[in-house]
Amino acid sequence: MNTQIHDTDFGTPARVSERMVTLEIDGQQVTVPEGTSLMRAAAEAGSMVPKLCATDSLEPFGSCRLCLVEIDGRRGFPASCTTPAEAGMVVRTQSDKLQSLRKGVMELYISDHPLDCLTCAANGDCELQDMAGVTGLREVRYGLAGANHLDSQKDESNPYFSYDPAKCIVCNRCVRACEETQGTFALTISGRGFESRVSPGQDQPFMESECVSCGACVDACPTATLQEKSVIQFGQPEHSKITTCAYCGVGCGFKAEMKGNQVVRMTPWKDGKANEGHACVKGRFAWGYATHPERITKPMIRSKITDPWREVSWEEAIAYAASEFKRLQAKYGKDSIGGITSSRCTNEETYLVQKLIRAGFGNNNVDTCARVCHSPTGYGLGQTLGTSAGTQTFKSVEHSDVILVIGANPTDAHPVFGSRMKKRLREGAKLIVIDPRKIDLVGSPHIKADYHLALKPGTNVAMITALAHVIVTEGLLANDYIAERCEEKSFHDWRDFVAKPENSPEATAAITGVPAELVRGAARLYATGGNAAIYYGLGVTEHSQGSTMVIGIANLAMATGNVGREGVGVNPLRGQNNVQGSCDMGSFPHELPGYRHISDTTTRQLFEQAWGVTLDPEPGLRIPNMFDAALSGSFMGLYCEGEDIVQSDPNTQHVTAALSAMECIVVQDIFLNETAKYAHVFLPGASFLEKDGTFTNAERRISRVRQVMKPLAKYADWEVTQLLANALGLKMDYSHPSQIMDEIARLTPSFAGVSYQKIDKLGSVQWPCNDAAPDGTPTMHIDGFVRGKGKFFVTQYVATDEKITRRFPLILTTGRILSQYNVGAQTRRTDNVAWHAEDVLEIHPHDAEERGIKDGDWVGVQSRAGETVLHAKVSERMQPGVVYTTFHFPESGANVITTDNSDWATNCPEYKVTAVQVLPVTQPSEWQQDYQRFNETQLELLEQAASNEGKA
Amino acid sequence: MDTQHLTHMANQIGSFFEAMPDRQEALAGITLHIKRFWEPRMRRALQQILQQDAANLSPIVREALQADDSWQPAAQ
Repeated sequence: MNTQIHDTDFGTPARVSERMVTLEIDGQQVTVPEGTSLMRAAAEAGSMVPKLCATDSLEPFGSCRLCLVEIDGRRGFPASCTTPAEAGMVVRTQSDKLQSLRKGVMELYISDHPLDCLTCAANGDCELQDMAGVTGLREVRYGLAGANHLDSQKDESNPYFSYDPAKCIVCNRCVRACEETQGTFALTISGRGFESRVSPGQDQPFMESECVSCGACVDACPTATLQEKSVIQFGQPEHSKITTCAYCGVGCGFKAEMKGNQVVRMTPWKDGKANEGHACVKGRFAWGYATHPERITKPMIRSKITDPWREVSWEEAIAYAASEFKRLQAKYGKDSIGGITSSRCTNEETYLVQKLIRAGFGNNNVDTCARVCHSPTGYGLGQTLGTSAGTQTFKSVEHSDVILVIGANPTDAHPVFGSRMKKRLREGAKLIVIDPRKIDLVGSPHIKADYHLALKPGTNVAMITALAHVIVTEGLLANDYIAERCEEKSFHDWRDFVAKPENSPEATAAITGVPAELVRGAARLYATGGNAAIYYGLGVTEHSQGSTMVIGIANLAMATGNVGREGVGVNPLRGQNNVQGSCDMGSFPHELPGYRHISDTTTRQLFEQAWGVTLDPEPGLRIPNMFDAALSGSFMGLYCEGEDIVQSDPNTQHVTAALSAMECIVVQDIFLNETAKYAHVFLPGASFLEKDGTFTNAERRISRVRQVMKPLAKYADWEVTQLLANALGLKMDYSHPSQIMDEIARLTPSFAGVSYQKIDKLGSVQWPCNDAAPDGTPTMHIDGFVRGKGKFFVTQYVATDEKITRRFPLILTTGRILSQYNVGAQTRRTDNVAWHAEDVLEIHPHDAEERGIKDGDWVGVQSRAGETVLHAKVSERMQPGVVYTTFHFPESGANVITTDNSDWATNCPEYKVTAVQVLPVTQPSEWQQDYQRFNETQLELLEQAASNEGKA
Repeated sequence: MDTQHLTHMANQIGSFFEAMPDRQEALAGITLHIKRFWEPRMRRALQQILQQDAANLSPIVREALQADDSWQPAAQ
């Protein structure tokens, strides 16, 4: 979908009202919702009132004095941006007097503005320039000799945009964007009167301020004051396409603004329903990895991982991979190989990989990275509610009265949704945070959690059951809702269980470390505060009781009637951009697309008829099971598309031992990631800019990914899978991903109404989308649960095996930060390293002092699985006894420390609880030294690839 | 397959279902879970554990696996 570069700016936000008002503007009758500004009403009537401080993403401010209008019966010249339309008004947006006033205002603006329009980066995209033209300004009488700001110093500290105060017209749009849209409050207007200028923090450079580089201020700026450096470098774009971000599970809509095949900038799509015109530092700016010099664009093969890589043709690489897979199956059996689909690839690509494995390999050994993040969500919500997905739209949060955030850090991991949540909190919604760490939401500008239940890691289930205890024993249940919509027996079992004295907040305080009165207060607020919505993340799922906790969350929501309407619900915040989609597409070894068990004969026959094969009715291996099977000699080959299991999966040494035991690993990726260093075949992948397809975000929203440049390595990922399938004898002849989506729709009831045509028409669509819901389903479970009656389960707390001891007295928990994404393969190859150049260990001052650790010291982190060394960051965000790190850099070895412990139902690793000791050290760990040697060797073997091209 | 690991996994499953007040429902839940989510070679290994090393399985898991053989994979 090509779009115009410059969207229509209606000046003020759209209003929603049941009451409409009709008025006359410039002789035209116009009807608008009550509360609409005259400026917007005029724009809708076709009259664009001149403006500078107004833009339709921000509330009106009324400072620039350009948008004056005349209204019959009113004195003076009201600002149209701040004057609401009223029934019967007669308004003129243009007259000689108005023109004269506006020209005078413009003359003053221009008297203190550099007149370098021809060489200015905003030339062609400058509202000040436009307004000078619109107001007919022909001369500036004041000259340039007076006081001005033309010699102000630029702030170039941010790697992505520059700040030139000389061009600032003090319209406040950037300051308001930082407040209203992003909610960071990093910008202000410093000084008074003539001295007024935009200031990050306390007159600091941007990079030293609290700015999170979301780009909202840059979007809002009407001049070149805040300007993308890519635009300064490349000039103004000339065409654009709408596509979807390839980072987190928010799935923001973006406009890729281009010159030919060159991306000039990515700007948030105003009509994107996931983000409504907002972005974060990753999606907005960190796209340069797509053309990074380390991209591998030629297929490579080698017999052993100690051999140099050899660049070969696509034909040879595919033929070699296929022959190896056939050899392994002949030697070790049909079930000796498998594959991993990617949450960074499109739905269509994921679907094809699982199809290749089920129909081409002839087994169900297919899994995806959701195994290590949200697989407990699939299990828990499937068991209780009947479907494996969040219940709401992101917009639903605007109707929430109480927001319960559990084990999630939205402002870092899902920043655009975090901003939407913060907006609702500033409007007065109450906030409960259950998290061991004092995340930003607990206390940030104009946000303060009503309750922060800072529990000990690994005690989620005791906490959720204690909350339920209060609700049951204090008579806060939604009895009518339960009676109508839930299974009676399961409810009674659950009610009787949670009511036991041992589940009271008083009894569980010794387990969770949270005072009982806080738990009671939070439970009362959740149950009685109005619309209560739960948002949760990997702090819920990545535990040995991850699935139990998801079930506990669903229990709580059902018990209080908080599922099935706007403002409430159970909302997993998905990690990667297409985790939801990869699960929907049948990536789990036990499920065909649409979450239908492989043992279901009717469903299996449907696919067997469509694919022309007989399918294995037994579930396949999950990723950790693949590793175990490899080490026991029964799993010998892997097709890994777009995942880096060596860096992302727990107990690195276990993973690398398993990979080393396999005879053929085929990695399809855009970079030589850590897994590829153990591979025998490398198939170059394509970035999201290089292909067509769809992503499905955390709100089940299916959005288009559109190709804006040709694949650097010739093929999109779906084409590579198709080549491999055909080489293995499974015929695939798709010529466009839309045909793959058509097949998905034919075979999957919840996708039956999905097509590229429909997505193009609606912008995006939320599944289920079928005859019953032709335009999709924003809110699930409205009239009843997908499974029929909602089912409660007893949630007995079982302590993790990762016990703290004298040898390992601290608990390590892991997570991610705003500027980096997952294993960092993309963001490490951008200027985002300016914010986070290495993973560090956060430790509480008390624990640090006890060990003689100072901020910045090297510390060894040792667990039962391994040891690594990181720099220490002494931080009061941690509670005593708990340390924290991220896993964005391979050399950090965060997952060298994490263990094989996993969720009982799904084998999702227990990343969030590892017993460790932390001590000062002077050198890297043994693993890090081994890694350094291995990595250097692998990079040397890669360097030899080009010189080996064509050699036998 | 690592029998110690599989035993641990089976016992974890047992811990979840053991809390159910309805014993029959708990036993059925254990076997159904293993049948629906464990790949056949894992279940074969579990068969061996049950036959040769059952003492390390928790009582409820042992009882469940012995009471109902529907979780067992087809013979190779």
